[in-house]
Amino acid sequence: MRIPCPYCGDRDSQEFVYRGDASPVRPADPAEETEFFDYVYLRENPAGPIDELWYHAQGCRNWITLTRDTRDHAISAARLTSEGKSA
Amino acid sequence: MSRLSTGGLIDRTRPLKFTFDGKQYSGFEGDTLAAALLANEVRLVARSFKYHRPRGILTAGTEEPNALVTLREGARAEPNSKATAVPLYDGLVASSQNRWPSLGFDLLALNQLASPIFVAGFYYKTFMRPAALWEKLYEPLIRRAAGLGALSGLPDPDSYDRKHAFCDLLVIGAGPSGLAAALTAGRSGLRVILADDDMAMGGHLLKERSEIAGAAGADWAAGVVEELASYPNVTLLPRTGVFGVYDGHEYGAVERVSDHLPEPLPGQPRQRFWKIVARHALLASGAIERPLIFPGNDRPGVMMASAVSAYLNRFAVAPGKKAAIFTSCDTGWQTALDLQAAGIGVAAVVDTRAQMPALADRLDLSDCVVALQGAIVDIKGSKSVKGATIRDGSGKETSVVCDLVAMSGGWNPAIGLGSNFGNRPVWSEELNAFLLDKAPPGFSPVGSAAGRMSLTSALGDGIRAATEVVQQLGKSPAEMAIADVAETGGTSENMLWVPSGIEGKAFVDFQNDVTASDIKLAASEGFVSIEHLKRYTTMGMATDQGKLSQLNGHGLLAEETKKTIAEAGTIMSRPPYTPIALGVIAGHHRGEHFRPVRHTASHDWAAENGAAFVDVGQWKRAQWFVQPGETEWRTSVDREVKATRGGVGICDVSTLGKIDVLGPDAATLLDRLYANMFSTLPVGRARYGLMLREDGFVMDDGTATRFAEDRYYVTTTTANAARVMQHIDFARQVIWPELDVQATSVTEQWATYSIAGPQSRAVLQALLPDIDLTNEAFKFMAAGEYRWRGTKIRLFRVSFSGELAYEISIGANRGRQLLEAIMEAGAPFGIVPYGTEALGVMRIEKGHPAGNEMNGQTTAGDLGMGRMLSTKKDFIGRAMAQRPGLTDPGRMSLVGLKPIDPAATLRAGAHLLAKGAEPKAANVQGRVTSAAFSPTLGYSIALALVTGGQERIGEEMLLNDIVRATDVPVEICDAVFVDPAGERLRG
Amino acid sequence: MTHYSLFTLLRNALTGHRHWDRAWRDAEPQESYDVIIVGGGGHGLATAYYLAKEHGITNVAVLEKGWIGGGNAGRNTTIIRSNYGLPGNIPFYEWSMKLWEGMEQDLNYNTMVSQRGVLNLYHSDAQRDAYARRGNMMRLHGVDAELLGRDQVQAMAPFLDYENARFPIQGGLLQRRGGTARHDAVVWGYARGASDRGVDIIQNCAVTGMLRGPDGSVTGVETTRGPIRAKKVGLSVAGNSSRLAEMAGLRLPIESHVLQAFVSEGLKPLIPGVITFGAGHFYVSQSDKGGLVFGGDIDGYNSYAQRGNLPTVEDVCEGGMALMPMIGRARLLRSWGGIMDMSMDGSPIIDHAPVGGLYLNAGWCYGGFKATPAAGWCFAHLLATDQPHETAADFRLDRFATGHVIDEKGQGAQPNLH
Repeated sequence: MRIPCPYCGDRDSQEFVYRGDASPVRPADPAEETEFFDYVYLRENPAGPIDELWYHAQGCRNWITLTRDTRDHAISAARLTSEGKSA
Repeated sequence: MSRLSTGGLIDRTRPLKFTFDGKQYSGFEGDTLAAALLANEVRLVARSFKYHRPRGILTAGTEEPNALVTLREGARAEPNSKATAVPLYDGLVASSQNRWPSLGFDLLALNQLASPIFVAGFYYKTFMRPAALWEKLYEPLIRRAAGLGALSGLPDPDSYDRKHAFCDLLVIGAGPSGLAAALTAGRSGLRVILADDDMAMGGHLLKERSEIAGAAGADWAAGVVEELASYPNVTLLPRTGVFGVYDGHEYGAVERVSDHLPEPLPGQPRQRFWKIVARHALLASGAIERPLIFPGNDRPGVMMASAVSAYLNRFAVAPGKKAAIFTSCDTGWQTALDLQAAGIGVAAVVDTRAQMPALADRLDLSDCVVALQGAIVDIKGSKSVKGATIRDGSGKETSVVCDLVAMSGGWNPAIGLGSNFGNRPVWSEELNAFLLDKAPPGFSPVGSAAGRMSLTSALGDGIRAATEVVQQLGKSPAEMAIADVAETGGTSENMLWVPSGIEGKAFVDFQNDVTASDIKLAASEGFVSIEHLKRYTTMGMATDQGKLSQLNGHGLLAEETKKTIAEAGTIMSRPPYTPIALGVIAGHHRGEHFRPVRHTASHDWAAENGAAFVDVGQWKRAQWFVQPGETEWRTSVDREVKATRGGVGICDVSTLGKIDVLGPDAATLLDRLYANMFSTLPVGRARYGLMLREDGFVMDDGTATRFAEDRYYVTTTTANAARVMQHIDFARQVIWPELDVQATSVTEQWATYSIAGPQSRAVLQALLPDIDLTNEAFKFMAAGEYRWRGTKIRLFRVSFSGELAYEISIGANRGRQLLEAIMEAGAPFGIVPYGTEALGVMRIEKGHPAGNEMNGQTTAGDLGMGRMLSTKKDFIGRAMAQRPGLTDPGRMSLVGLKPIDPAATLRAGAHLLAKGAEPKAANVQGRVTSAAFSPTLGYSIALALVTGGQERIGEEMLLNDIVRATDVPVEICDAVFVDPAGERLRG
Repeated sequence: MTHYSLFTLLRNALTGHRHWDRAWRDAEPQESYDVIIVGGGGHGLATAYYLAKEHGITNVAVLEKGWIGGGNAGRNTTIIRSNYGLPGNIPFYEWSMKLWEGMEQDLNYNTMVSQRGVLNLYHSDAQRDAYARRGNMMRLHGVDAELLGRDQVQAMAPFLDYENARFPIQGGLLQRRGGTARHDAVVWGYARGASDRGVDIIQNCAVTGMLRGPDGSVTGVETTRGPIRAKKVGLSVAGNSSRLAEMAGLRLPIESHVLQAFVSEGLKPLIPGVITFGAGHFYVSQSDKGGLVFGGDIDGYNSYAQRGNLPTVEDVCEGGMALMPMIGRARLLRSWGGIMDMSMDGSPIIDHAPVGGLYLNAGWCYGGFKATPAAGWCFAHLLATDQPHETAADFRLDRFATGHVIDEKGQGAQPNLH
């Protein structure tokens, strides 16, 4: 698989570490324990497009948000996670 | 010899010697092993898997199911090599397999007598009683019979290479359409890679007597290859099979660099694994001829018609002296023409169709039985064909004498790679074959792989497809014209002939001995999904991966279940397209080079000073240093511990993870990363820190040092260096991107040494006379940046051993220099280097949790560090650490253990039982996490996690170690064995 | 149903094998059932079998979207073992092992359970101690385990690389009762047994939605073959648990990941049992047909595609070559991918769903095959009695909320690390 790193360009997926579902947002503290439980343990797991986090560990060390289809692995969007969802 | 006197693409000036089953033969350069065997009239070359039926050569390509041999000898032996795809070389040694005592007389052929029992799936129905006999008798017997060839059992002596390539166009297959496509793209300036599995490029042009532009097809191909070779933008990869399609337009291919040689040339790999990223790929893999299903269709001498033509035209070998043809399409007739052209008699042509094709006009049909709407219903001969019984449309049977049967059941486009992405091929009524409906992105079939079967249409399709790619990439395509194509092979429709009412063994999957009646049986038992059929009968699971068997099997299934073949469907091909050596995928990552080795700056110094090394992740760390006269590792370790605690020792701790954290929000970030507080840390001080995972369990520990208001230096354990770096980047980029803070891994940049022991201050002071290291000036947990001989150093007063201790860091390139200087400065104080073992002993003596305790299953509370969890701030893991499962008072927590009998040895991995309790799971109350012999105390000590923890100090328990057969009575004690008040490290 | 035996095989041989019964009935969906099991894999069929056999509940349908055994039941590397280390896991997997040991006679189907041993190699002192911990805990649970030194390993497996290795083998943890079983046969055996007891096995019937009662509880399923009502619906669709649970409005602590597996060409016997490499991701056994069956780590990214990519293929082959450099000249015949329910602590879930009428058997990670009989047994127990079976009592869905996770590897809430 080739990952389109917004900073480095297309790179082999071997350079990246995978984290998964990008949708959970860490609750601001203090939060209900259940909100943290949701954040830590529950995942969107669709058969279809998913926003997910990859870390370019052997490259620029940026966290990247990819939109990737879990049915055919087609990647439709990539952005630096730190730049927020608007980008 | 059955070598024809003229013709072929072999080099008759280069005779080659080879042996098969110990007998010597000769062939020519350009032969495959199969061609050379046929030239020497060797027809029996193998035995089948189940029935041990005599088998010969069926095909002239990689789809061969029968002619499997063990190639080469000794450590280079390659079992299950397809003789039809092995290039002949001088001195080649091959032997038959799956037979005993010999190929000609194979006792296991007795299995054939049991064939009425050995039907599809018979083993699921028996061997069940008595139960004990399965393990003792039945299974060992089945296993002994399993497999075809044998591995040598010796390490593979050859090396393998790996290469990455990028191109605009990858052309898979160098037949007519592939060559036409590559030529078009090459002339248009695209970066082209042309890969072909065969040793010579040309595909079917090498096997047929077609003509292009007034030249023989093979000569035209040679001309194209020559032109392509002249283009710097074209890479030709003969002997290279593309085996799989992967995400991101990536293709896996194996180039057989040296397999056509007796052994690789010096410095050359045996094979090379190509990872090719191609913007576009054209599948020009051609088509594979289908066998026909009739009794005896597996006998040596029954061959694919196109293979017979290939042996005649390419290798100038006559596979027989008198042939019968059985065909359902024009191909059989073309082969008859090829045979007659080579002077070989054709005894009969049997066509399943009602009409003779136009091609027949060119055949000499005198002395030739022609049967339309006919079939071969029996083959005479066992180890070679001696004759065939033909039934014509009226039911009349005729016997002919022949030693060769050429069969053709039509053609299947070779679309395997195209279904790697899970796109199920669809049935084409027009073509009577499966075609790709949808293919992976950037991938399309051309030529006969796309069902464009004639030479003219294949060439045109190659040009068209490549032209489209050129245009898509914004270049201007070269003008292409290929004129004067003389076709061979006829133009008939591609009929699928499925017989009914077969009597006798008619094989569908040759290698796995799956017969038409097996398919019928499976269908009657309800295994009617094609996937069930495959799994129940093993059809298509042999080394030819079903390339020949699949469609016939599915045709029979459709017939049996009264479905159309389109409804029955077909299976999808999964990588590899043809089997590939495991060694080539591993490449050079084997033996010592399995994984990279990381050396610290003073590795060589350590090696010169007697270090024994231990693997810690990828690092090599000095485990202990052997002094002259030391024969037991314990002697060295005990000495190192005593010397350090009694004087001074030095340990290379460069492998610890090191991270610089910089920026106005550095303190805020660290407060959120660590369970304890770091914003309150004064500049010039270090603090021990504990990190939790977000799920509340302990992740890692280390120190963070504040060198400036906005500049921290964080250390991690060796094992978690990468993980913590990732964690910090996650926190600052994903969770709190608003924080103005950067983090950089500097693990490799700094060499770090721990100098420990009561004399450590004196040693350091000697090394750094300009720095005031008195306890008042440089307290416990003090830190600073200084220079040593002009180079920046970082100095920390931190201790893992519990002794007065310092860590000193310097740029890695001067690490060894610094170490040598410390050793020199320390010599008057008797400084010794110590390794990870002594380090481990001292940390156990001091009760410091490490990896064994922080194994991802423990909480801060378990490790006696519950009070470190700040209640004044949010930090990662805070919320989840409060869950009942993590705060349960019944959890095990950290204590020390000492043996009641001081001579006893404690070991990690043992469990703890209350004194007198029965050894069973319900009675387990703890486990030993770390253990060591303490030279300081003179007996074995251990750290353990125990239910109730500290409250049980003084209690006697039993250390129960069943797998090492030891029971040791122990007493629970405090985890800190040495200097519990911590006076030494503060002194 | 014809009893399978050598005698019936011989009798049928005389009549040209024309009189065998279908192995299982191909049933048409009825309007309603007592229990619907979604998923015709090993787990689902075993559940139906034990519901019928142990609990007398036979008005049961197993719904399979494709062909039975077409998911992970037919895509695994066929290893059976009970060498777990945590008290929450060991009794369950040991119960599974006991069921494997009696399976052929119970099912009257030869599933080729082959107890030739599972050997986990260790390469460091720390790994040895971790295996000792696990082996000791197994023994304390009455499960067989032996800690072997290097010489004992070398005697068992002389073909491994002991000389030139990057991470030399120091020894291994051996479970002699571990081994392999013929995966497809397990599916067919349970299907035949369940079908014979009246269970409807309905293939090509994909569930597309949940029927809900007025109180929100699940009362059946929508399928491609129409709605089917049931008193209880059990999901046994590992790999797709999240998708099915979503139909009932649930999010699960599960991600779907692809695990690749590999088989070599058929070779004469050379590997005694199952061997796992402790310094890389590689495990291998040899099938009754002679193929080396091997695998390694999951690819590591969410996927429903049932295929993987080259980095894992390389990683696995590197592990293989590092461990046994003789296999360099063996050829890879086929690779494939299965979709794993990777749970947040690496352990499974057999529990009520938070929605009435719905039951979960999920989160098996890459360890579902070995669990097949016990998962069926325990899920059937839960469906029949509404109480967890004693050996599966810790496989609760709410353990993540309470913190009673069963994390064998200590990797935390990051599914691809388990």
